[in-house]
Amino acid sequence: MSRAADALAPARRSGILSTWFALHLGMSVAALGRLVKQPFASLMTILVIAVTLALPAALHLVIKNAQAISGHWANALDFSVYLKKEVSEEDARHLASIIDQRADVDTVIFISADEALAEFREQSGFGAALDQLTNNPLPHTLVVRPGASSTDQSMLLLNEELANLPETEFVQADTDWVRRFHAILDILERATGIGAALLGAAILVIIGNTIRLDIQNRREEIEVTKLIGASNAFVRRPFLYTGFWYGLGGGLLALGLVAYGLYALDQPVARLSGLYNSSFSVLALDLRESLLIVGAGVSLGLAGSWIAAARHMRRIEPR
Amino acid sequence: MIRIEDITKRYPTGQAALKNLSLTVDKGEMVFVTGHSGAGKSTLLRLIALIERPTSGQVIVDGQNTRRVSRRKIPAYRRQIGMVFQDHRLLYDRPVFDNVALPLIIAGIAHREASRRVRAALDQVSLLHKEKQLPETLSSGEQQRVGIARAIVSRPKLLIADEPTGNLDPDLSLEVMRIFRRFNEVGVTLLIASHDIALIDQLGCRRIPLVDGSLQPEEDEDVVAEYLEQLESERARSELP
Repeated sequence: MSRAADALAPARRSGILSTWFALHLGMSVAALGRLVKQPFASLMTILVIAVTLALPAALHLVIKNAQAISGHWANALDFSVYLKKEVSEEDARHLASIIDQRADVDTVIFISADEALAEFREQSGFGAALDQLTNNPLPHTLVVRPGASSTDQSMLLLNEELANLPETEFVQADTDWVRRFHAILDILERATGIGAALLGAAILVIIGNTIRLDIQNRREEIEVTKLIGASNAFVRRPFLYTGFWYGLGGGLLALGLVAYGLYALDQPVARLSGLYNSSFSVLALDLRESLLIVGAGVSLGLAGSWIAAARHMRRIEPR
Repeated sequence: MIRIEDITKRYPTGQAALKNLSLTVDKGEMVFVTGHSGAGKSTLLRLIALIERPTSGQVIVDGQNTRRVSRRKIPAYRRQIGMVFQDHRLLYDRPVFDNVALPLIIAGIAHREASRRVRAALDQVSLLHKEKQLPETLSSGEQQRVGIARAIVSRPKLLIADEPTGNLDPDLSLEVMRIFRRFNEVGVTLLIASHDIALIDQLGCRRIPLVDGSLQPEEDEDVVAEYLEQLESERARSELP
């Protein structure tokens, strides 16, 4: 009877922490194994999650790139100061050199009325018509480029001061539409945030529902494990791991989808920016944003499976 | 080990499965609960396992009043008891070894220690050589032995079994009872529900006969025993060549 006695000696617990780790590792691998066993169904769920995550991520990228481009414009924005007709070329050049000394001004280019007319004649193709004019209708112009460190406020101030100069007829500043564009981008960004929250809720529902079906399919197993003394937490754990894997898979696949989208857009964008003599290249997701997407996937996966497990697990009691 | 005090279990349908039942099982005893199906055998075991709660009365197991075991504490309570079921209730998607190891995994016992104990338990039921097989590939008797190994692997002081031989032929039944006997000899208390009176008599253990949810009166029992003896002898005679 020594064998029976051996089998019935009092229980020993050793290395609780390493046991805990081994248990979790084993469970997570088992959960992954179950997903791999049904590749099509698992892939479908992961794909839905990935698309749902990739959508706001892609929209965010569009906004981020638009901001990058328009940010470029805002800094490179020039004021065209059209001087009054009676201002002589000499006075105009003098004024240009005074403005050039301002701290908030980068460069001032002086375009005389004659130069302006010559340029217009050349570029407009109205050469013959312009020859009919007896005098030059164009004023002298100063093209003022603000310093690189200008802010919206300092630009506004500069604009005002240039407009108040006695020699100035009128200042043309194209900052207005850039500011409007920025405002639109801000709205779009906020809308993306709201959309992302809604899509996040959708992911919760998708994962919750998938886990619910999984729980129903394994009802028998849950009953048996509860019957031999498993706690709710123990029975819930494999489902949490399933949710974790769905979330992680969805997050990584979302990054893949976005990366593929960027790759597909790379050539056309390069061609377009080439046409504008610019070397703009599309901004990709940085490390922080990538981690955020994967993190969102994982936390939504865990949360969704937690909700489903908490709701349905309690109802399954051994019969 | 088990003290049942004036238990009544009434189901929502109004039908009473147990009526004012009182009984005790001492430490180290091996006791059979007998009776026809519907006599309340299973209900009694289910009350002990806290699968159900009594309508009135008390169940005291190893000095613990089950009334005071809250919902959250049920898992820890069940881990002290080994349970064997008529339909085995194994997990059919994993091998024998994993099935037997499950109670140890739930209890958080280290892998090395757990596999040593799983092998010891499987050795007890002579299934060591089949640890890698799936339950479906085993015979019904072997599956029941896997269930027994799972029940004893966590070394419970009390083992309850609901019709453990219900689906087995007489030879296999006897084999299962011998295994139970061996555990009893090393101090495990066993409470077994069974209607196989001939088999129980062979073992010479105490019987708790139930009729309609109550203890059967003594004289009644004698009549039944007599009747069964008669049946048995008739069967024995008919089996002669």
